Amino acid sequence: MVAYVNTETLPSLPPPKGLQGPAAWMRQNLFSNWINGTITVVLVIGILAALIPFVNWAFIKADWVGTSRDDCTSGGACWVFVYVHFKLFMLGLYPEAETWRALLVGGILVLTLAGLMIKGVPLKKYIQIFALFFFPIVAYVLLSGGYFGLPHVETNFWGGLLLTLVIAIVGIVAAFPLGILLALGRRSSMPIVKAICVVFIEVWRGVPLITVLFMSSVMLPLFLPEGMEIDKLLRALVGITLFQAAYLAEVVRSGLQAIPKGQTEAANALGLTYWQGMYKVILPQALKIVIPGIVNSFIALFKDTSLVLIIGLFDLLATIQGAFSNPKWLGYAIEGYLFAALVYWIFCFGMSRYSQHVERSLKTTH
Amino acid sequence: MENANATNAKPEIAVSLRDVNKWYGEFHVLKNVNLDVERGQRIVICGPSGSGKSTMIRCINRLEEHQAGQIIVDGIELNNDLKNIDQIRREVGMVFQHFNLFPHLTVLENCCLAPMWVRKIPRKQAEATAMEYLERVKIPHQAKKYPGQLSGGQQQRVAIARSLCMKPRIMLFDEPTSALDPEMIKEVLDTMIELAESGMTMLCVTHEMGFAKTVADSVIFMDAGQIIEMNTPDEFFNHPQHERSKLFLSQILGH
Amino acid sequence: MTDPNLSATPQTLSTVPSKPSFWNDPQKRALVFQVLLVIGIGILLWFIFSNTLHNLEKRGIRTGFDFLSRPAGFGISQTLIPYTEASTFGRTFFVGLLNTLLVAGLGIIFATILGFAVGIARLSTNWLISRIALVFIETIRNIPPLLQILFWYRAILPLLPGPKDSMSLAELFYLHKRGLTIPAPLTEPAFVWTLWAVLGALVLAFLIARWAKYRRESTGQQFPVFWTVLVVIIGLPTLVFFLTGSPLNWDIPALRGFNFQGGLTVIPELTALLLALSIYTAAFIAEIVRSGIQSVYKGQTEAASALGLRPNRTLQLVVIPQAMRVIIPQLTSQYLNLTKNTSLGVAIGYPDLVNVFAGTTLNQTGQAVEIIFMTMLVYLVISLVISMFMNWYNKRMALVER
Repeated sequence: MVAYVNTETLPSLPPPKGLQGPAAWMRQNLFSNWINGTITVVLVIGILAALIPFVNWAFIKADWVGTSRDDCTSGGACWVFVYVHFKLFMLGLYPEAETWRALLVGGILVLTLAGLMIKGVPLKKYIQIFALFFFPIVAYVLLSGGYFGLPHVETNFWGGLLLTLVIAIVGIVAAFPLGILLALGRRSSMPIVKAICVVFIEVWRGVPLITVLFMSSVMLPLFLPEGMEIDKLLRALVGITLFQAAYLAEVVRSGLQAIPKGQTEAANALGLTYWQGMYKVILPQALKIVIPGIVNSFIALFKDTSLVLIIGLFDLLATIQGAFSNPKWLGYAIEGYLFAALVYWIFCFGMSRYSQHVERSLKTTH
Repeated sequence: MENANATNAKPEIAVSLRDVNKWYGEFHVLKNVNLDVERGQRIVICGPSGSGKSTMIRCINRLEEHQAGQIIVDGIELNNDLKNIDQIRREVGMVFQHFNLFPHLTVLENCCLAPMWVRKIPRKQAEATAMEYLERVKIPHQAKKYPGQLSGGQQQRVAIARSLCMKPRIMLFDEPTSALDPEMIKEVLDTMIELAESGMTMLCVTHEMGFAKTVADSVIFMDAGQIIEMNTPDEFFNHPQHERSKLFLSQILGH
Repeated sequence: MTDPNLSATPQTLSTVPSKPSFWNDPQKRALVFQVLLVIGIGILLWFIFSNTLHNLEKRGIRTGFDFLSRPAGFGISQTLIPYTEASTFGRTFFVGLLNTLLVAGLGIIFATILGFAVGIARLSTNWLISRIALVFIETIRNIPPLLQILFWYRAILPLLPGPKDSMSLAELFYLHKRGLTIPAPLTEPAFVWTLWAVLGALVLAFLIARWAKYRRESTGQQFPVFWTVLVVIIGLPTLVFFLTGSPLNWDIPALRGFNFQGGLTVIPELTALLLALSIYTAAFIAEIVRSGIQSVYKGQTEAASALGLRPNRTLQLVVIPQAMRVIIPQLTSQYLNLTKNTSLGVAIGYPDLVNVFAGTTLNQTGQAVEIIFMTMLVYLVISLVISMFMNWYNKRMALVER
């Protein structure tokens, strides 16, 4: 055999021309053979044919600001519809004078979330405790009023994005403890506890949310003693919480399953009781693993909140539909739905990006 | 067998690399690599990680594409012609670091898959051949098991048998023992030594000195994408010429 | 529970050897806890039950299931089985159930086709194709399905012309505001032979595949099974159809005044629901297909290539069998989601189970408990059947490991 030995180190040369740069990239990724080339050309033409009229309609020929539909004269999209109703879409019929309260709650929410999500923020533990236990109380007192001289605002006046967020956040926060209990119960060695948890989880997961909402709005009043009334929003919240708890339980259970058995054994060996071991050792690890899962189920819940319009609550989607069903604004359904889609998309896409980010950083730290 | 008649005539070139260059993006992995391997020769390739040794043997069966130079295997040039690639891959077997057995097929099915679909051999005949090779690697009784049920060493021996079932004329080994537990390395090396003794042309990327000393005709040392030393195993391990080879050997012998 | 106060052992008992105190015996503790739990749930259920009975009585609502045999007295816009206003509430249940299953079945077919296409496009080496697939997936997945249903139904379909100015294809298909009107098949008795031919062709195709496999394994020769089977399945029924004298006529729709006569009109609610759910579910299926195929370790394709297998054979023999183990369980759970999401049709008035039964029937009879119970039971049974299938499949397909 013959090998040609180079005892001197050869210099690294740049790759030959035609292997690098945009032209080479295009040849490899867009025109690698004639079929691919044809597909690329057809697709580019197709995209342009669809995108140009859309951009024209949605941006170039659109009307943005005004007070009534008469201001929509350019023949493109009438964003005046959204401009005029913006406060309605965000807060529903929340009284004008009290708007600051809703905005304040929104501000606190944004700060709390930023504190939870951004790495390196100090006192994380206290922010977590605030988010889980105190924020709901603060938000409720501010939004509902009746204390500290704040005028009472009935839940009928809550609406738009505000209501969507209230339902989603209450749904996830209230379902969380129940979900953890159910997950622990499903892994319990006590047969009756386990059976009850399995049945509870599988029943809620097996039925569509809309039947749960029907049930809570129609049957819940029947379940309660005579004379005890609960408002429509609370009824929906009860249904959503129970529904969500079942899904969260499965997410948490997947985290518990991922914790090696040695951890439980170590906790037992140190003399911790079941609840001490769970609280100090197992749950902190399990919950950390399932953060992406929790965020994903929150995304699903956020999308599902739109179902409350079927039982007559005025969330984001319902207020928008209400606005373009108004005879004064008939015919702007497309603008309305596109705006709604954009709002939902920003929230859901943002959260899914966050969950992917957490997933990646968990992978590197383990 | 083909190997037998190849040895008597003048040395036939099995693999030949001429000025082979390859880049990953901007990174120059193979620099002007030239190499001729005669039929029946056993070559051991070693070098630090990232030196381009795996890339080089992966170019020989076109798992990686070279961008400049010529690679001729069994008299067929490797280029963009799919027919040539097909023909070369039938003649060249490869064993990987992580075995890459098909987990959804039994050991026997793993061995029969390519002979049946590529060589179009009837099942009975393919199974008979497979059992023959499984016997040679000493695991015929595991034929009905799935790869997941075997130890690492057993899996690697199955992988060798699977390659041999295609009756290749050249075998490539890409660090076949580096994913194995120490106690399993020997069983795989024994199989490889037996194969070498049967006259197979072999190119092995490995750091196993014992293997190199027992069967290799020569050792190639690669660094930074080029071949910087080539010698008989004894000379290479006892009197390395190049500074880099000395350093490398002191490191692998160090532990 | 293991509240430390409860489990603290009184000093006097600790002198008793070998027998742990009542509270420190984990088995007894578990037993007591479970008994307490059962009693607690029992009390809760009894509380709910008695309240409900009392409330129903006070509102004068009847209980029991005899309402199912009473006449419904309302019409339904789409019925797959004969139904009139004189039919019973029991029949509305089945009409609704069938409408639900219709959307679910068609939706599953469309979503699977579109989802696999987009998922494979996502893996294309053509950058543009894979980007378009990515944009499709990320857009659709992050918008609530209800919004998408409403968008199609209330924003897009109204843009279509009225029946008079329908968009028409070859004067056979008409797309308009009130739906999609297509020719309806009218079969003669001899048509049954064509149906038999379809069955025969399927059996024949199966036999051909078996024979081809046998021949390949015994001689190594390969046979173009796919094309032969395709020809048989299409050719044989066609041949029989013409031999028996084309026993099928079409009821061609025709415009009379402001509406169509004859033909079959697919109601717009069905169109919108199908479109939205198929597209929404397809986005999820595409991701499942992509991640399933990518989950097959790269070394697997390399090993197959090194053995000389061509890319299409590698896909058929190595990648797809492994990817399917990952894909199928997730796919079934998407099918289940789609089936549950058909209930969103209630928002646009599609006459599914939730709409006609848990909606109209409930409003007319007021028997919420029975009706919600029956509706939930239907979905539970569907879920149960599908998850039983999934368990069976997972068990069968699990890779054998040590």
